[in-house]
Amino acid sequence: MEETGAAVETRGLTKRYRGGQLAVAGLDLTVPRGSVFGFLGPNGSGKTTTIRMLMGLIEPTSGAARLLGEPMPRAARSVLPRVGALIEGPALYSHLTGRDNLLRYDAADPTADPRTRPARVASALDRVGLGAAAGKKARAYSLGMKQRLGLAAALLQPRELLVLDEPTNGLDPQGMREIRALVRELAGEGTTVFLSSHLLDEIEQVCTHAAVMAQGKLITQGTVAELAASSRGRLSVTTPDPVDAVRVLKEHGVTDLVTLDERVVGELPQTPLELADLNAALVREGVRVRAFGTERASLEDAFVALTGEGFDVAG
Amino acid sequence: MSRAETGAPAAPVAAVRPSRPLWTLALFRSELTTTFRRWRTLALLGVLAAVPVLIGIAVKIETSDGGTVGQGGGGGEGEAPAFFSQITNNGIFLVFAALAATLPVFLPMAIGVIAGDSIAGEASSGTLRYLLVAPAGRIRLLLAKFTAVMAFCLVATLAVAVSGLATGALLFPLGDVTLISGTTVSFGDGLVRALGVAAVVALSLVGIATLGVFISTLTNSGIAAMATTVGLVITAQILDTIPQLHGIHPYLFPHYWLSFADLLRAPVYWDDLVKNLELQGLYAAVFGSAAWARFTAKDITA
Ligand SMILES: Nc1ncnc2c1ncn2[C@@H]1O[C@H](COP(=O)(O)OP(=O)(O)OP(=O)(O)O)[C@@H](O)[C@H]1O
Ligand SMILES: [Mg+2]
Repeated sequence: MEETGAAVETRGLTKRYRGGQLAVAGLDLTVPRGSVFGFLGPNGSGKTTTIRMLMGLIEPTSGAARLLGEPMPRAARSVLPRVGALIEGPALYSHLTGRDNLLRYDAADPTADPRTRPARVASALDRVGLGAAAGKKARAYSLGMKQRLGLAAALLQPRELLVLDEPTNGLDPQGMREIRALVRELAGEGTTVFLSSHLLDEIEQVCTHAAVMAQGKLITQGTVAELAASSRGRLSVTTPDPVDAVRVLKEHGVTDLVTLDERVVGELPQTPLELADLNAALVREGVRVRAFGTERASLEDAFVALTGEGFDVAG
Repeated sequence: MSRAETGAPAAPVAAVRPSRPLWTLALFRSELTTTFRRWRTLALLGVLAAVPVLIGIAVKIETSDGGTVGQGGGGGEGEAPAFFSQITNNGIFLVFAALAATLPVFLPMAIGVIAGDSIAGEASSGTLRYLLVAPAGRIRLLLAKFTAVMAFCLVATLAVAVSGLATGALLFPLGDVTLISGTTVSFGDGLVRALGVAAVVALSLVGIATLGVFISTLTNSGIAAMATTVGLVITAQILDTIPQLHGIHPYLFPHYWLSFADLLRAPVYWDDLVKNLELQGLYAAVFGSAAWARFTAKDITA
């Protein structure tokens, strides 16, 4: 594999668990340095498995992964001190205080200077808003407090890359906003942030790039703007004559038409269409139009279009 | 897309930090403090320290009418010397009696709990993955775990010995020590021998401790690893008493445990002591390698 400037790069990365479950299949992922990269996919699509391979926790069945330009898991000792991670939620020593938890995790890093340890732990706690609860036993922490402490562990050192698996899970709205602000701030300092999440508007708000997984395969990756644009906009017409409106719109190539009381919604055709002409056609056919316009496609629309509507988890 | 495009150059925010040999020791210290600050560890040590107190009080009550303790062996093994009958003459024998009483069951059970939980407990709480991405390094983490378990073997033995000495000094007279071989040595010499006995008992636990750490790398359930290790202690003890299996007896880790009494002879009878240490070393080598092979290749999914 060529060495590139990417923060994360995988080639044909594949993991088959011991039970035979193919969790990740031939993943080619490139996370540019300095990006805030959203990693999307339905439950069980292989996001956590990918992150485990990147962090050297599990051995890939085949393929290769590079983190900050160095091969994993071979270079774990030199790479991982520069990477902060939150993997599948926080894990804490419930009999230790929040501060002691961080002291222990920091002690496990052979590149961490013991002289600055208490100061770094204190500033990490402050950064996630746990300064006041630092002396409390972790077993007395709420879900969101545990999540914050997990984040603090990822921020014990200045990092080049942050890998965050569902970082806002369990956080209150203020917590989510703070995490978003924190991610932006870190990105502003030059840290690459790789985060998986199910909250698409959150991804849309903070990420510059995104990739979508489904059933272990990468469906697409690119900038968030490209992804949202790839899903066509939707047309919405409000009218007291929905039946006629549907007929006219169908004639002009609008598909997936749905009527909700006085509102008709549909997908615009691939070929560009002058919306003013469409509106004129409706009026010409005697359809009384009360409101007319397109709704911008959201990342959620793009996500559902790519991964399907089905609710059931793929086995 | 409310976020502005990342035009900022990706300046390296974190310089590559070298690891310092001395800094890598922090994990060992953290491991020791984490182990010994747990309530469970302290409770186990408390129970072990209570055993000599109970024995001392029982002996005191039984002999308060001027009688002597019945000729009872310590530890159930026929070859175990009758330290108990000597306690009333000399309190230091409470150390030997207590070690002989706790070595077959209590001590190895306590070790089984700590060793069995060492890796598996971290796996079941999920903290293992964060230690590994810190990155603790798998070999270094395993060594830190071994160190903490060995330290517990020593502290647990000392808890019994020191509590035995204190109780013995409080309840019974102290003085020159009559050894098993009949010779009498000074109390100071007796104390040195007691220290030697404690060291040998602690080393006798190395086999089960290593076995426990190995079992701990096999599962993600701390409870299962503890139960398996303690189960193996009991199984080995039972097998060691079945005469038909004498062929395998020399390879069972508890087989030479009570050889520590040979330190209380003049001259010291080294044969079984050496065999015991060799056997413990063999267990440490075999199961230490197995734990290393297993843990360095293991998928950490918990
Ligand atoms: N330890 C394991 N052993 C066997 N199969 C596993 C294991 N962990 C995950 N899997 C399987 O691998 C597939 C991918 O799981 P993974 O945890 O990577 O999904 P995910 O994208 O993180 O899902 P979620 O959004 O729910 O967190 C699933 O089918 C899951 O059943
Ligand atoms: Mg997941």
